[in-house]
Amino acid sequence: MPEIMKLVESREARTDIPNFEPGDTVKVHVKVKEGDKERIQIFQGIVISRKGGGTRQMFTVRKVSGGVGVERMFPLYSPSIDRIEVERHGRVRRAKLYYLRDLRGKAARIEEKREA
Amino acid sequence: MAIEGIIGKKVGMTQVFAEDGALVPVTVIQAGPCLVVQKKTAEVDGYDAVQVGLVEKVSNRRVTGAQRGHFEKAGIPPVRTLVELPYNGEANVGDKVQVDIFKPGDSIDVVGQSKGKGFQGVVKRHHFKGGRATHGSMFHRAPGSIGASAFPSRVLKGMRMGGRMGGDQVTVKNLRVAKVDPENNLLYVRGAVPGGRNGLVVVRFSKNGKRGE
Repeated sequence: MPEIMKLVESREARTDIPNFEPGDTVKVHVKVKEGDKERIQIFQGIVISRKGGGTRQMFTVRKVSGGVGVERMFPLYSPSIDRIEVERHGRVRRAKLYYLRDLRGKAARIEEKREA
Repeated sequence: MAIEGIIGKKVGMTQVFAEDGALVPVTVIQAGPCLVVQKKTAEVDGYDAVQVGLVEKVSNRRVTGAQRGHFEKAGIPPVRTLVELPYNGEANVGDKVQVDIFKPGDSIDVVGQSKGKGFQGVVKRHHFKGGRATHGSMFHRAPGSIGASAFPSRVLKGMRMGGRMGGDQVTVKNLRVAKVDPENNLLYVRGAVPGGRNGLVVVRFSKNGKRGE
C-alpha cells in the first residue's frame, strides 16, 4: 500500500477503541438519531467475527434476544459508535464463531479466558 | 485563484466516514501543486487558456532543448506533465494552483486514461448479449452477422468488433469532492476515477455543476 494511503487511513482510525477479539462479550454504545434528537442505545453480545483491515475493518456482534438470534455488524471506526465496553474475554479456538448460530442455550456458552 | 482545474495522480481508493456516520467510497488523488507555464490568449492563440505543469522532480537529461527554452521563458523548473486548462478572471505565468481551489461538495469532472484491457471480444468490449451457454446452443460469445452480402459487399466502417480495449481517455463527469487536504495536497473524490494507481488525472470544475459551500 502506498505511503500516502496509509496516512489517509490512519487519519480515519479512532484511537479510543479498546482491544477485543472474537469470543469476547462487548457492549456497543450506538448513537441513534430520532428526528433531531440523538440518544445512545446499547447492543450487548458476543463478537463472532472481525474482518477487513485498516479503516475498512468491521466486526459482528451476536446476541439472542427473546429467543431470536440477532447479529449486527459495525464498522470498527464508525463515528456512530459512542464507545465500546469489553465485558468479558472468551476462550475460543476460531477466528470466526459462525458455529454459534447453530447452537442454543447452554451449548452456545463461551468459556471465560483465564489470565495467563 | 481563477484557474479551473488541477493535475494529479491517483493514489487509490478507500472509504471515509461522513459526519453523519455514513461510509463514503472515495478515490484519493494527490493533486498539484501546479504552476502556470504559459498563458494563451485569444489575440495570439485564438482562445484563452493557461498551460499548467505538475510540479515534479525531472532529471535535467530528460529535458530537450526546446522544452528547456519553454520553461526558462516562464522562469520555472522543468516539469513532466503539461495540461491546458480554462481560467476566468486573472491568471499569470508562474501562478500556483493547489488543491485548495476545491471545496467539499464541488461538482467536478475527472479526466484520466482507462486501464488497458488488451484484446477483448465483442461481449466485454461492446456489451453484446452473447448467446445461450447450454441447451445445444452453438452461439456463445461470437459477434453474429456483420452485414449483408452482395450489397454492400463490404463491412461498414465503425462496425463494432473485437479488438484492443481500454487505454482510452475517459472523462467521468459530475463527481463530488468529499474532502480536501491542502497540507498533503490530497483531494478526496466521491466514487471511482479512470485509470490505475499512479495514473495521471486532470480534475476540473464541471461546466454547469454546483459549487460546495
